[in-house]
Amino acid sequence: MINTEISHSFKERLLITSRYTWPIAALVLLLVFNVLMDASFLNIHFDHGRFYGNPIDILHRSAPVALLAIGMTVVIATGGIDLSVGAVMAIAGAVCANLLVATDASLFTVLAIGIASGVLCGLINGGLVSYMGIQPIIATLLLMVTGRGIAQLLNDGQIVTFQHAGFSFLGSGTLLGIPVSIWLVLAVFSISQLLLRRTALGLFVEAVGCNASASRYLGINDRTVKLMAYMLTGFCAALAGMISAADIQGSDANNVGLWLELDAILAVVLGGAALSGGRFSIPLSLLGVLIIQTLNTTIMVSGMPSKLNLLIKAIAVVLVLLLQSDTFRKQISGLAGRWRHS
Amino acid sequence: MIARRFIPLLATFSLLVVMFIVGGFQFEGFASLQVVTNLLTDNAFLLVVALGMTLVILSGGIDLSVGAVVALSGVLCAVLISEYQWHPLLVFPLVLVIGTLFGAFMGTLIYVYKLQPFIVTLAGMFFARGLATTISEESVGIEHSLYYAVADAGFALPGNAWLPSSVILLLVVFGAIFLLTHFSRFGGYIYAVGGNRQSAALMGVPMARTTIGIYAMSSFLAAFAGILYTFYTFSGYALTGIGMELDAIAAVVIGGTLLTGGSGYIVGTLLGVMLMGIIHTYIIFEGTLNSWWARIAIGLLLFIFIALQKVLNRSSTRG
Repeated sequence: MINTEISHSFKERLLITSRYTWPIAALVLLLVFNVLMDASFLNIHFDHGRFYGNPIDILHRSAPVALLAIGMTVVIATGGIDLSVGAVMAIAGAVCANLLVATDASLFTVLAIGIASGVLCGLINGGLVSYMGIQPIIATLLLMVTGRGIAQLLNDGQIVTFQHAGFSFLGSGTLLGIPVSIWLVLAVFSISQLLLRRTALGLFVEAVGCNASASRYLGINDRTVKLMAYMLTGFCAALAGMISAADIQGSDANNVGLWLELDAILAVVLGGAALSGGRFSIPLSLLGVLIIQTLNTTIMVSGMPSKLNLLIKAIAVVLVLLLQSDTFRKQISGLAGRWRHS
Repeated sequence: MIARRFIPLLATFSLLVVMFIVGGFQFEGFASLQVVTNLLTDNAFLLVVALGMTLVILSGGIDLSVGAVVALSGVLCAVLISEYQWHPLLVFPLVLVIGTLFGAFMGTLIYVYKLQPFIVTLAGMFFARGLATTISEESVGIEHSLYYAVADAGFALPGNAWLPSSVILLLVVFGAIFLLTHFSRFGGYIYAVGGNRQSAALMGVPMARTTIGIYAMSSFLAAFAGILYTFYTFSGYALTGIGMELDAIAAVVIGGTLLTGGSGYIVGTLLGVMLMGIIHTYIIFEGTLNSWWARIAIGLLLFIFIALQKVLNRSSTRG
């Protein structure tokens, strides 16, 4: 009896280590490749009150996708998906840029309204999914189609640029020598991790993702849980959009966050989460983000054409999905078995 | 009493007629045969893509790769014809075969490994777009006698309207897909799979052949649309068709096909594409409206039709 319990917990621990093994191995492999190509790749130096170097650069550049991935992880865990995050980034950026240009609202007001616009988008997505029962792909597709149009209307089809030291701080400022964007990711990560792992919320999310009707019978309000998940994604997307806008000191509704929804989904998948919902891990998704961004930087630094990026990402998604598929695993072990016998 | 399943179709049709009449009263030359043939010419590739999307959605799946496949086949055509001096009649079959195999591969991943269609086709979209940009980042122009000959071919219609060859080709494709969907065994299989996978499998529907066939068909049509696009622009460009998959899905839904699969009509997709086209035309005629209103209007329309589907479904299960 005790024996089986021990072996069970041992297995579980092995399972957890194996969940981390592959993403970490991939990241280390990428870093080793880079160090072999350029021995100073991992060097960090301190200059004019801030740190410089590839690792800081990778973290800074990955901040928007990291924020999106945090929200996306939770939405995917509830069995959903949010395709509108890129468009929501555009909306939040446009809202802030126009407020900064056209009004003399205080920085706090601008930030609050920017975030509120994203949460409102999340509320719409979540409402469509949980209260109207529309499939998540389609419900969020609506905002993906219209969102950029709305942002373009706000900007009147132009790229709205602004000069505002306080707001730009979000994108290019530093705190203790480290870019503010990285601090923001850390803050959102810690808060969501606290909420999801130190309270029962995370369990609710996983329960709803595994079986929504069963969790309703258990007394979990599955609709509210889903609604909250989409609102969290809206919040994260708005923050990501504001960082991106602050970074270029302008709102480019056509291009900001373009394809980032795919990067965020890819990060979650690389982290080993099943798209069908259920068990999730935000740290693993963030590891996925780092893999993607390191890959981007690797391609850029090594002088390979950046267009290869899309091809490599496509192959990576399919490979990871195949590795998750039972049929594929059986085929592989069957092949390996045959090879061993002969 | 009209059957419930025809209501979305009728709503789209009435909306189309209303838009046409309102536009006709407001602007001179709006309600003319020329505007109709222009609608078909300007949306020929979208309609071809949307026809493939209809088959996929009828079967309960989704194909996000179509826009990228359009771009890939356009670039392949342009590069092979302009840079390698191949004859177009040699290039087209090759491009269509590549497109079909691409779709068949995605279908295989979806069927054999039980992967979700949306993520597989999303990866397919990355791949096709990446391949297209790798082949050529710049737009490649096409100059070939065949292209000029095809561009000049067509029929004069009464009222100074012109029926170009691309529309004739489009009508042929439409007819073929219409027959395939509504009058062939394969079409029956598609509806069966979309209605209920398990029942379909128990009834003896060849699931592997049907699933792989549907995605192969969708990519084939997307590749075909890419070829049509090269006739439209006389070039191939890796960034064409960004967001076309969304337009195609919107057209299918506005045309009354259920997103959950199993119910819908090929004619509806034609109406859906026409309705979206007429919204664009109206905004161009209006002149003062920002073209971004078109996207917002289509989004709203999409929402209304999805809501309508929900309401109709709910009342049909109750009643």
